[in-house]
Amino acid sequence: MRIGMNEWRPACSLAHLHLRAQMLHDIRGFFSERSVLEVETPLLCQGIGTDPQLEFFTADYFSPPLQQTLFLQTSPEFAMKRLLAAGSGSIYQICKAFRNGESGRFHNPEFTMLEWYRVGFKLPQLMDEVDELIGRLSKTHRSLNETQRFRYQDIFLSCTDLNPLEFSFGDYCAYALGNHMPEAVNICGQDHGLWLDFIFSHKVQPYLGENALCMVYDYPACQSSLARINEHNSQITDRVEIFLEGIELGNGYYELTDPEEQNRRFNKEISIRRERKLPTITKDSYLISALEAGLPECSGMAIGLDRLLMVLTGSNAIDDVLSFPLHRA
Amino acid sequence: MASFSTNEFKAGLKVMLDNDPCAIIENEFVKPGKGQAFNRVKIRNLKTGRVIERTFKSGDSLEGADVVDVEMQYLYNDGEFRHFMVPDTFEQYQSDEKAVGEASNWLKDQDFCTVTLWNDVPLSVSPANFVELAITLTDPGVRGDTSGGGGKPATLETGAVVRVPLFVQQGEMIRVDTRTGEYVSRVKE
Repeated sequence: MRIGMNEWRPACSLAHLHLRAQMLHDIRGFFSERSVLEVETPLLCQGIGTDPQLEFFTADYFSPPLQQTLFLQTSPEFAMKRLLAAGSGSIYQICKAFRNGESGRFHNPEFTMLEWYRVGFKLPQLMDEVDELIGRLSKTHRSLNETQRFRYQDIFLSCTDLNPLEFSFGDYCAYALGNHMPEAVNICGQDHGLWLDFIFSHKVQPYLGENALCMVYDYPACQSSLARINEHNSQITDRVEIFLEGIELGNGYYELTDPEEQNRRFNKEISIRRERKLPTITKDSYLISALEAGLPECSGMAIGLDRLLMVLTGSNAIDDVLSFPLHRA
Repeated sequence: MASFSTNEFKAGLKVMLDNDPCAIIENEFVKPGKGQAFNRVKIRNLKTGRVIERTFKSGDSLEGADVVDVEMQYLYNDGEFRHFMVPDTFEQYQSDEKAVGEASNWLKDQDFCTVTLWNDVPLSVSPANFVELAITLTDPGVRGDTSGGGGKPATLETGAVVRVPLFVQQGEMIRVDTRTGEYVSRVKE
C-alpha cells in the first residue's frame, strides 16, 4: 500500500494528546472523590450483545485442537453488570469499544468509552451526576450555559408537531413530504422506531445543546433495549441520551434487573437479527445467570470520550482528536 | 453498470437517482448509538445542476451512471445543434442548446471545452476557466483612462456581454473568467 509522506504522524495535534490526558485524569479524580471503583473487563469475549443495530468484529482464537470465534466487545455493559451482581458496588471503566462499519465524521470503528454504574441511583440522580461530570470536564475548554433537560415527547413535539408516542403513518408521511424528505416514507414504512430515528436525527438532534449540555429522557418504549419500562407509563422507558452542539455523546438507563424480561428482549433481538439476515449470535448466558443471581437496583451511563473531546475542543471531525484513526492505524 | 453502496459514496461518484444522472458532493454517516444508521448525502443532478439532500439507509445502493467528462474541440453551430469533436479520434458529437446551456456565452470555434457525456450523449458543456474573445461592440472609452474603475459594457464575438474598463476598445481581444463572467485582462496580439 502506498502511503503519503506524513501519514505515519498522528492525525491529532500534540496539544490534543495533552487535552486527552487531562480529561482522563479529571474523570479518574471525579470518580475517586465519589468512591466509585475503577474496573477493567475483557475486550475479547466469548459472548456479545444481540442489538441488531450494532455490528461487531470477530477474532479467531487458536489453541490446537481448540478453535473458537471470539468477539471484540461493542460495550463493556454485560461484564460490568456481572461485577455488579457479584457485589462490586458502584463501578466505572474507561475502555475501548469496537463497532464494525461505523466510520465517518463522528465515528471511528474503535473508540474510547467511559461507562459507569451507580448502585441505588435512579435516572434523575444519574443525570445530576452526568451534569456535574460534563461541567467539570468542560472547564478546561470553555464555559457552557446551563444544562437543558427535555422529555423526549416534549422536544420532539416542539420541533415537529408530531407525537412520538403514538404512531400515525399518515401524520408521519405528511410531515416527511412537507419537510423535503420523501425518502423517509420508503425507508421507514410501518416501522415506528425507524421513523423516530429518522425524524429525530434530521429534525430534532441538530438543534440540541447549543453551547450547553442537553439531556433528553423518557424515551419511547420502542427505542430501548436494556432500559426499564417506566413504572407509571408503559409507553416510555427510563432512558436518557446526552447531546452537545447537536452531537450525541452518550446514553444512560435505569437498568433492567428482571432476568425474564431480559431474556424476552434477547429473544426478540435475535429474531430481528434473523429476519434481517444479520450474523446469528447466541445470547450471553453469563448475563442472564448474573441477573438471576440478582443485579442490584442501579443506573448506568456510557459516554464516547473521543466525541466529547471533539466537541469540547471545537474540532470538526473525530479524526482530529485521535492519534491514529483507522486509516492510519 | 455497477451499483455502489452508501459506503462507496465518495465526492465525484456518478450515480443514477430518480432516473437522472447525479454526482455525489458530500456523504455523512449518521447513526444514533441505539438506532438505525443513515447516510445523509448531498447530490447534484447533472441534468438540472440542482443540488439536493437525500438520506439513505446505510448499506443501500444506487446504480452507477455512465457519465464521463471528455475534452473536446467546439466546431460550429448549425442553427439547431452545436458540433464537437474529440481531437485524438475525430469522433464527433452534436448537442442541443439545452445541454450547452450557459457555456454558449463562451464557445468560440475550435476552442477546447469539457463535454460531459451520459450514455455517450452530451449532457452538459463546461468551457475552459479562461477564454480569449474579441470585442465586437463597445462605446469608445476616454483615451488615457487606465484606472479601470467604473467600466462599460462590451459585447463579445459569442454574443456575451461583459463589463470592461473604459480604456478597452472595440476589436480588441480580452481574457474572461468563465466561472464569474468577469473581464480579466487585455490580450496582446
